[in-house]
Amino acid sequence: MEKRVVFRSPWLPYLLVAPQLAITIVFFFWPASQALLQSLQQQDPFGISVEFVGLDNFRALFTDQHYLASFKVTTIFSVLVATIGMSVSLLLAVFADRALRFAGIYKTLLIWPYAVAHAVAGVLWLFLFNPTLGIVAHWMRRAGIDWDPVLNGNDAMTLVVVAAVWNQISYNFLFFLAGLQSIPKSLIEAAAIDGAGPGRRFWTIVLPLLSPTTFFLLVVNVVYAFFNTFAIIDTATSGGPGQATEILVYKVYKDGFKALDLGSSAAQSVVLMAIVIGLTIVQFRYIERKVQY
Amino acid sequence: MSSMKHFARAAVVAALVGLSGTALAQTEIQWWHSMTGALNDRVNELAKGFNESQKDYKVTPVYKGAYPESMAAAIAAFRAGNAPHLLQVFEVGTATMMGAKGAIKPVGQVMREAGEKFDPKSYISSVAGYYTTSKGEMLSFPFNSSTPVFYYNKDVFEKAGLDASRAPTTWPEVMAAAAKIKASGASQCAYTTGWPSWVHVENLSAWHNVPIATKENGMAGLDTTFQINSPLHVRHWNNLKEWNSKGYFTYAGRRNEAEAKFYSGECAMLTSSSAAQANINRNAKFKYGVAMLPYYADVAGAPQNSIIGGASLWVMSGKKPDEYKGVAKFLTYLADPKRQAQWHQQTGYLPITPVAYDLTKSSGFYDKNPGTDVSVRQMMNKPATANSKGLRFGSFVQIRDMFEEEMENMLAGKQDAKQALDTAVKRGNDMLRKFEKTAKE
Repeated sequence: MEKRVVFRSPWLPYLLVAPQLAITIVFFFWPASQALLQSLQQQDPFGISVEFVGLDNFRALFTDQHYLASFKVTTIFSVLVATIGMSVSLLLAVFADRALRFAGIYKTLLIWPYAVAHAVAGVLWLFLFNPTLGIVAHWMRRAGIDWDPVLNGNDAMTLVVVAAVWNQISYNFLFFLAGLQSIPKSLIEAAAIDGAGPGRRFWTIVLPLLSPTTFFLLVVNVVYAFFNTFAIIDTATSGGPGQATEILVYKVYKDGFKALDLGSSAAQSVVLMAIVIGLTIVQFRYIERKVQY
Repeated sequence: MSSMKHFARAAVVAALVGLSGTALAQTEIQWWHSMTGALNDRVNELAKGFNESQKDYKVTPVYKGAYPESMAAAIAAFRAGNAPHLLQVFEVGTATMMGAKGAIKPVGQVMREAGEKFDPKSYISSVAGYYTTSKGEMLSFPFNSSTPVFYYNKDVFEKAGLDASRAPTTWPEVMAAAAKIKASGASQCAYTTGWPSWVHVENLSAWHNVPIATKENGMAGLDTTFQINSPLHVRHWNNLKEWNSKGYFTYAGRRNEAEAKFYSGECAMLTSSSAAQANINRNAKFKYGVAMLPYYADVAGAPQNSIIGGASLWVMSGKKPDEYKGVAKFLTYLADPKRQAQWHQQTGYLPITPVAYDLTKSSGFYDKNPGTDVSVRQMMNKPATANSKGLRFGSFVQIRDMFEEEMENMLAGKQDAKQALDTAVKRGNDMLRKFEKTAKE
């Protein structure tokens, strides 16, 4: 059954993976090792005095309640972005899959937002919802809704979640659509003949068969919410008001590049790295078991 | 004596040039800055003017992003061994630069070694004080300094039945005006502010001659601790909270977002940088007035004088002597009173020398542009005290964010003024102790 390709020369396989390895070493292992090293040091911004402080940076972080609060913010943000983003995209994909006319147009329109850079997405939504300039904020005031993302933490969180979800919908949509299209029509037709309604067919046949796609997207979306949403946060709220939208990766940037506190910033990125590695392991060990390929 | 020396030096240089047989190339001076729009044009004009005034040196101004970005860029460049000669650093980065002893060269020393005339005393003391060590050495060159002032919309004042010819001078007066504006519906929002920490912590303290922190607001030592939970601070923040809940005060954000709210006519009163005036002038479609910051009349000694924001120019270390000479010559060019006066008039930044102020005054500029002298008069209102000559805190970029986070949490109703300020003090002090640890050698 198993097909194996055997290389004649022992060096060829290494040569073939060398470019990928080189990139991984230069852009991942090297910076990661630097972060590990710096997380154990306390240094001034210019790097003139560098002092080895052991685990002091980590100790300071975990006794800082504002750092711990950032975990809560990150959890809420990531769960919201991943669940809302995936369910909305799935819904859209199901509809687009069933569309008989203009399907091409729907698909193109839905894929469009992915071409928008994260930072631009942040600015775009900020302009729409800014209490002073935003047209949507203006409508909301007219409708009597009290909207103030500048001071109200929940409003600010809503704003960045909406922007982050919108930016990621296209990606999720594409994968869900491809997943839906690969489900054999015969299975669905057989169920229909057996008398299963559209809802029943979706829950018992389509969703389980989509599980590899869903699992893949779950991993991607969690990583997206943890790391790639940085630009949206930076342009839309800069982590405020208070620390209502200060997710972990934004704090790494703020402490490192704005406040020039490299030791703490490096320690935070090490923590972040550990979390994402941990999450990915959990996802693969426990959730993947339930996935039917 | 000195002419003899000059002659001898010139002879030596001439001989060397003759010997080597090559023409001297222009020495390039890199100047990294953070000025955008019209201010960027002014910076380029300054460099161009200097380059045309002599042949030996060429100053190249480079825009490197906003203040924190250009500072981060310069730090990265320094670590890689190719820092610029001159770097514009905002005032909250001052302590960080001062702590970087091997990375910078004090301006006083640069000028002395190049034989350029330079008198730190020619600057307004509350400006120079910012950039001078406790031993009296001037470390950086004051460039663009501003101070917060009070702006009000005269049209709205009239509509609300207030006296538009006179600005409210105290905080209770401001809020009485706000109540009237709100009740009459003359404008949607009554009062807002830019730079919350700068205005409502740092300048609030100086303007009332109350310390921000021990050790002369950090200028006399790194072992400073914050004192911003004093009765005055608690009272003012408590008022802000109350005014906010009544709808008199609208919080706009941590930077200058409030300025747009003012010049669009949405808000009738504003406290923000004096350098905002250029923008307000260009965009406001109404008559407006500029006045000094409001204060509490019952606080003894108030009003004192306000403190500055803005930026100064730092000379980076590790360059060749000839390059430092060029830097010194350029700084002398910038320090020229006429140029200083022009910079002040074109940008709305403070005239940082009394001479530049007098020049501007005698030219009739202030009469033609009412309100432009408010910032200067406010800065020089009284001789600066230990509480009002400035401040110097390490990690102040982070600390300011913390103060503003606590203010936002207070205004959102999560805590009262005392809690907010106590937490701000505690968080700020933690940062100061951490900085003290890294800055000590």
